[in-house]
Amino acid sequence: MKINVFVTPKKNVLDPQGAAVGHALESLGFGSLKGTRVGKLIELEVAAADTPEFRARLDRACRDLLSNPVIEDFRYEVKE
Amino acid sequence: MTIAVLQFPGSNCDQDAFHLFASGLKLPTRYVWHKDRSLGGADLVVVPGGFSYGDYLRCGAIARFSPVMAAVRDHAEAGGLVFGICNGFQILCEAGLLPGALIRNASLEYRCQTCALKVEASTDGFSPRTLGAEIRLPIGHGEGNYRTDEAGLARLEKSRQILLRYADNPNGSLSDIAGIRNERGNVFGMMPHPDRAFERFHPSQDGLAVARAVLAARFPEALRAAS
Repeated sequence: MKINVFVTPKKNVLDPQGAAVGHALESLGFGSLKGTRVGKLIELEVAAADTPEFRARLDRACRDLLSNPVIEDFRYEVKE
Repeated sequence: MTIAVLQFPGSNCDQDAFHLFASGLKLPTRYVWHKDRSLGGADLVVVPGGFSYGDYLRCGAIARFSPVMAAVRDHAEAGGLVFGICNGFQILCEAGLLPGALIRNASLEYRCQTCALKVEASTDGFSPRTLGAEIRLPIGHGEGNYRTDEAGLARLEKSRQILLRYADNPNGSLSDIAGIRNERGNVFGMMPHPDRAFERFHPSQDGLAVARAVLAARFPEALRAAS
């Protein structure tokens, strides 16, 4: 099973990296930019069945290690 | 009264922190490796600066899962003293021993300079009465921008948990916060480096008083003896 975990800065948290990338996009002539946020993609490959217990463990891994809930949100996509 | 200085792969201020307590304050100090499960009865645990685990994922995120951190958590829960400097502060926030988080500096620059810091009235040790209204300490970090939500900031203010504020904010930190403590008053963290501010060749000598201020919470006699 393959899992893509997306970690993004919370909407109300300052994202200096996103702001800098946004400025660079504007210099590139990429117009009408309303916002740029930079996050992370974490690709996992696991040998487990997609059960509610597994989802609970995955949630915990995302909450306790892969993201920091003070500053980041996470979501994931589970692919067979 | 003994001090433990933790060492993680990538710690690079462990010897500075050791020197501060062993030579500066002349207290029995030893290193504790990140794989150790015991702090050997230390009264104060110092989590030093550096780039533990290469700052991978987020600063301090991986160090938090080192075996020694379970002992640090037990020590803190039992009321023992913990002091995190720079990366150590980031580790303590990641571990949930201090509230909030530290993100990339607003300027995106690594800032290496000596900062004037406003001393807040927080504890017996950390107050303008003991440290003076303003001290100077060096910083050296790329991720010192302190963040918490509105309710978190209100709690810090209400319980007087803010120790130091930048006079001229170098990193975009919320409310100019440079250092905080937990509500109970036994866990301390700051981005500035007292371990780089006590020798005559250092840019300031205010670091020694800061080290004493940490100890003052539980060992007031150490504060008196060393002043």
